[in-house]
Amino acid sequence: MDLTFSEEQDELRKVVRSFLAKHSDEAAVRRLAADPQGHDPVVWRRMAGELGLQGLAVPEEYGGSGFGYVDLGIVFEEAGRALLGGPYFATVALAAEALLRCADEQARHELLPGIASGETVATLALTEDVGRWDEQGIGLTAVRDETGAWQLTGVKTYVPDGHLADLLLVAARTPSGISLLAVETARTPGLTRTPLPTLDQTRKQARIEFRDTPARLLGPEGTAWPALARTLATAAVLLSAEQVGGAAAALDAAVEYAKIREQYGRPIGSFQGIKHKCADMLMDIESARSAAYGGLWALDAGDETEIAIAAALAQAFCSEAFTKVAADNIQVHGGIGFTWEHPAHLYLKRAKSSEVLLGTPSYHRELLAARLGI
Amino acid sequence: MELDFGPAVRDFRDEVRDWLADHLVGEFAEHRGVGGPTDGAAWEVRLAWDRELSAGGWLGVGWPEEYGGRGLGLLEEIVFEYEYARVNAPYRATVNALDLLGPMLLKMGSEAQKKRFLPPILAVEELWGQGFSEPGAGSDLASVRTRAERDGDEWVVSGQKVWTSFGIHADWVYVLTRTDPQSARHKGLSMLLVPTDQPGVEIRPIRNLAGQDEFAEIFLSDARTGADMVVGEVGQGWRTAMATLGIERGTTLLPQQLTFEREAEALIDLARERGALDDPMLRRRIVDAWISVRIMRTTNLRTIAELTAGRTAGAQATTAKLYASTRHQQLGRLATELAGPAGQIVGEDYALDRRQRSFLLALAETIYGGSSEIQRNIIGEQVLGLPKEPRP
Repeated sequence: MDLTFSEEQDELRKVVRSFLAKHSDEAAVRRLAADPQGHDPVVWRRMAGELGLQGLAVPEEYGGSGFGYVDLGIVFEEAGRALLGGPYFATVALAAEALLRCADEQARHELLPGIASGETVATLALTEDVGRWDEQGIGLTAVRDETGAWQLTGVKTYVPDGHLADLLLVAARTPSGISLLAVETARTPGLTRTPLPTLDQTRKQARIEFRDTPARLLGPEGTAWPALARTLATAAVLLSAEQVGGAAAALDAAVEYAKIREQYGRPIGSFQGIKHKCADMLMDIESARSAAYGGLWALDAGDETEIAIAAALAQAFCSEAFTKVAADNIQVHGGIGFTWEHPAHLYLKRAKSSEVLLGTPSYHRELLAARLGI
Repeated sequence: MELDFGPAVRDFRDEVRDWLADHLVGEFAEHRGVGGPTDGAAWEVRLAWDRELSAGGWLGVGWPEEYGGRGLGLLEEIVFEYEYARVNAPYRATVNALDLLGPMLLKMGSEAQKKRFLPPILAVEELWGQGFSEPGAGSDLASVRTRAERDGDEWVVSGQKVWTSFGIHADWVYVLTRTDPQSARHKGLSMLLVPTDQPGVEIRPIRNLAGQDEFAEIFLSDARTGADMVVGEVGQGWRTAMATLGIERGTTLLPQQLTFEREAEALIDLARERGALDDPMLRRRIVDAWISVRIMRTTNLRTIAELTAGRTAGAQATTAKLYASTRHQQLGRLATELAGPAGQIVGEDYALDRRQRSFLLALAETIYGGSSEIQRNIIGEQVLGLPKEPRP
């Protein structure tokens, strides 16, 4: 039973935390939030070159370092703590996973090394105007032209970092079902990409129009949904780890403030009203941590039934926990926490956008119920 | 769920399984799932079951052999408790001495005390009651007023203790007393071991809200005990008490959580029977109940993994009780609601079924062992480092 962190994993956490403290401090977060691209290529290259973060859990045969999901979860937890902006989640949790799960060995060999080395920014284009994450939500069509080449026509939207991705993995409907296709944005005509102004400025989204856009079919036609569902389960767990990190940072801020802010002649943290709120925040975070870690262990153990259950549970629980803790942080800060200048709202907005990024908590509860046979 | 504890303990696990399969039979098997820290039901059968366990060498799995234990490690204790809970064996009647007094004596007791008291605990020959709380000192143990004075070779103890679980059965009590009358708060306290079979000790049952004589109040009027019956040092009783309460045993978490899991499964069955799963509002609460027991399990596994790896348990170990106790109460409320009007009918002499008992008794879980409010103070001050509330 290896359910605790090793010294190497503790070290990984330390290294990532100190890197992000330097490169994703509040000033950097705000700079990227205000920037329409929301991406710092220099930091991105260093994440790949110095720390190997993009390829951490990519198997070595595809140019990665072959670490496990618990290791990757540590990075996401730290990324959440630092509100890391840019396409890390889109590239690593969504696109790399979709490639790993699709039944196309050749595509993996061709496309994953670029992701692992930090050369390729990638994302998964799945949601459309209806904003659904299930099979029924996919309406965009792919058809073969007279030469047998695939073309996409339709719209994807709310695509994380879709405005800047070099590689789009597109879920589309073909005559025989759901298929996954790849589009390299630099060389492909028939693409219109529009950044969407987002409530949470720390994670960008885009709307992408495809008009007879040439695309490469990955794996056999019509068989992609199980691989996509599995990709979403992995991403759900990694997002949960990110949410735990964000919540932990919000609690740290609340506790720090409660120690120094005085009212009625003593620090507000000495009042039970505040102290008990902070204790409940920690309870929510530790419970969320269990939900997220349970998902990471399941991913490393590779039991598909357990992964499906743990992923839905993690999203249902961690989403609400982060939002609640982020809101409580604003409450503890009082008026100052309600201002644009204070970082508390950045966490609240990230929490709220994460809550719906891969489907709402209610949706995940239903997934869980279905998987449990309830 | 199957837990893999690795090859090192596989033989031990099989031994536990075989023994339980052979011995949890007949009357004992009929009392599967009976009991709990606040449930005095079927006392005699449970006591007999404890003696059966003792004869099999299963009490004090981790205690040193010289005091009657098995001398095994934490991992074996956890494996035993897990297998024990898996077959839903009756809750041990002597759990108070096994989980609190025993570890306290092992840690702070004199050699003579260990030799004198530990073997009879494991043999289920002497039963113990805990005397910490008082009518005026529940959550605030430092305001203990029961006093003890030295008289030659003896201590003379007077005062009143309350909420002693299964106290009417106690042959001995371990009591927190004030030995320095000039002292205040947590200074000047001492931990004394006092025999109950004497004129100065009167024990009266207190009936709990489920109608059971589960706990007792203990009146001490010039009760006597030997000068050598102080655990730890005279005047250091606070430290002894805190060391006892601070003994975090990952071992006790698993059985409790398996009980909750069983209740959650029963709740889902009940909901299915009554068509409640089609009601979206109830369905949501049912899924949440399932989520909460799964989270308890993972939290416990995290703690156990850390302890068995020789690491310090993380913050989750301090929030686990708060989470489990509050969520267990939600589970009980929901189950009672799902049972509908029929679930409101009790048997003759206020006999409660398992669901009713669990619903009512779970109310104690946010009170005993440090109330939820005290838990939040501890988490806030000791884990998060928030300033203490000024005390007048």
